[in-house]
Amino acid sequence: MIFEYAPAPESREVVDIRPSYGLFINGEFVDGSGTPFKTVNPASEETLAEVAAATEADVDRAVQAARKAFGVWSALPGSERAKYLFRIARIIQERARELAVLESLDNGKPIKESRDVDLPLVAAHFFYYAGWADKLQYAGYGTTPLGVAGQVIPWNFPLLMLAWKIAPALACGNTVVLKPAETTPLTALLFAEICQQADLPPGVVNIVTGAGDTGAAVVGHPDVDKVAFTGSTEVGRLIAKSVAGTNKKVTLELGGKAANIVFDDAAIDQAVEGIVTGIFFNQGHVCCAGSRLLVQESVAEELLSSLKRRLSTLRLGDPLDKNTDIGAINSAAQLAKIRELSEAGEAEGADRWSPACPLPDKGFWFPPTVFTGVSQSHRIAREEIFGPVLSVLTFRTPAEAVEKANNTPYGLSAGVWTEKASRMLWMANRLRAGVVWSNTFNKFDPTSPFGGYKESGYGREGGRHGLEAYLKEIS
Amino acid sequence: MSERLSVRKTYKLYIGGAFPRSESGRSYAVTGAKGEFLANASKASRKDVRDAVTAARKAFPGWSAATAYNRGQILYRIAEMLEGRRAQFVSEVAEADGVSGKKAGELVDAAVDRLVWYAGWSDKISSLRGSSNPVAGPYFNLSTPEPTGVVGIVAPPMGPLFGLVSVIAPVIVTGNTCVVIASERAPLPSITLAEVLATSDLPGGVVNILTGSAAEMAPWLAGHMDVNGIDLTGADAELAQRCEELAAENLKRVLRPNGKTDWTADPGTGRMTAFLETKTVWHPIGI
Repeated sequence: MIFEYAPAPESREVVDIRPSYGLFINGEFVDGSGTPFKTVNPASEETLAEVAAATEADVDRAVQAARKAFGVWSALPGSERAKYLFRIARIIQERARELAVLESLDNGKPIKESRDVDLPLVAAHFFYYAGWADKLQYAGYGTTPLGVAGQVIPWNFPLLMLAWKIAPALACGNTVVLKPAETTPLTALLFAEICQQADLPPGVVNIVTGAGDTGAAVVGHPDVDKVAFTGSTEVGRLIAKSVAGTNKKVTLELGGKAANIVFDDAAIDQAVEGIVTGIFFNQGHVCCAGSRLLVQESVAEELLSSLKRRLSTLRLGDPLDKNTDIGAINSAAQLAKIRELSEAGEAEGADRWSPACPLPDKGFWFPPTVFTGVSQSHRIAREEIFGPVLSVLTFRTPAEAVEKANNTPYGLSAGVWTEKASRMLWMANRLRAGVVWSNTFNKFDPTSPFGGYKESGYGREGGRHGLEAYLKEIS
Repeated sequence: MSERLSVRKTYKLYIGGAFPRSESGRSYAVTGAKGEFLANASKASRKDVRDAVTAARKAFPGWSAATAYNRGQILYRIAEMLEGRRAQFVSEVAEADGVSGKKAGELVDAAVDRLVWYAGWSDKISSLRGSSNPVAGPYFNLSTPEPTGVVGIVAPPMGPLFGLVSVIAPVIVTGNTCVVIASERAPLPSITLAEVLATSDLPGGVVNILTGSAAEMAPWLAGHMDVNGIDLTGADAELAQRCEELAAENLKRVLRPNGKTDWTADPGTGRMTAFLETKTVWHPIGI
């Protein structure tokens, strides 16, 4: 039975988008030297604003501002740095609606996710690390900040990734130069305004917008002491290579191809919800997405029919509609990549299925898609699709499930669904992944360390562990 | 009566618990501090590096799944075996480094003590590096450290025994397995150490020791796609940079050389934590 819903759009009046934005350097907005670029609403392809592009010289100015501010910021008592971060957290809460709408406009994610997931986590992250700023001596990683952190973040959780980067860096006494993704710069620029409202000392946070070459300039700047990157494994490799022979400390949070493993004794309805959350949350633009469903053979048929029934109720469309489950794909380039890999899935012999799902005429859209009959050698089982596409494989024994789950160069996350606790822990021990969600999926919390094994990168963000990335090793 | 002619030892490699010669058939002359001939050591090749990685990978599931108590017992056993061969190591270290017998004795003692120190870490590092995380919701959430996997080690050229033990012990005590490139200049104590390891209940393949040219072997190890981490302590700046670049291909965890050669200082936990991952497990709480 299909329920019809009246449109329930969130008002975009709450956010005031300027026609153009500059770079945020040393506490003020300045012009960039590169050719400005446009950022578009992926749900409508309308231009939202024109944004300055930072050249190497602009990045250098930002790093110099951060270096100068480092002296002031690192010398502040931790309790004072904490209060700035608490202030920022509060302003984020106060302006949460505005930030959520802007995030959905620029990114394409459903408002119910930006409102109920991204923004609460962003504020919580600042609150969490604010509290560490004057307690570093108890954390076990020393108390000496590194200096200037160069941070490059992706477009899938623009403001949340900013929070993951900036909050711990500032709490530890570092200053930052952050480059948001080219397709989603707007919430970072609004965050710059929040820094102004909080009276954060100039230069402590600098935001430089631009494309890959701007990011390369940030990472490659000789006066940057710390590089933090979230993005593709391909770029992560280049960064790891570029810092060889330097003293730069690096953390990388890269791609994934997580297995979501369902045993025959799992609570099927909960597992179905977990599978949906695992791969269709945020249009599958999630590095830890449960993109490979490994289901025990004996329940595969039952599970898949439940899953398909559930997927038929998902609502795809206007990201600002409060009933929308699946928003827009973030960019034309990403849509092309999802299409290419899905076509490869069909060409290699997997069976493709999507629910009846009309797509809007304008914008970038891809329906929720399930591939069955997938084998481990298929590209859709090996490569990160970063879209709403699930590859289904089956297994017979727990050992086979472990073998298949670990058969990937990635190791970011995994899911296990079983009612038997000893089996869950047995699996959790053997899965080579940084986060294991058992009987749940895609849960995040500022107190919980996040990060990968193997080619999913190194270092942890969140929790006490997240401080290590921003402090000098004790030796 | 002529003086009895001594029976010399053939120094070979240590791979997968066995002592093979280099598949390449190569060897090189090792001389003492005064330039005197000591022995011909095996000069390991790229194939030997790969065989050693295979052995280390094969040993990883068993060693990483062993209880922390068991790993601690085995490291302590290594210390016992080393102590039992004290005289032999004193003479090898004295020959290799040209130091007095007294000084060599101190270095051997320090190596034994370092092993005992790390043995005790096996069942404590988790309490230090793990955490229970108070997430805002009805979830059990626990982070624990786990070994990274197979780790390549370029051992320091100086400190053929004490330095060597100081880089191997922190890597294996947490459950990693390793492939070690021994000091090129003074490789002989490393093979004698292998004899200790082989008789200490340490499963074959947990530690694999190669002798030969570090400049030749380290890049093969650093670029190997089935190695998860690399300790470049013994590499010079140029070799270290080259290895770090090669290590980027599969995003190995890299421990850069820090120029410090004072092995007598408190080693801290850094050599262990460099090759630990953090795994966080979530589970809902409910009835």
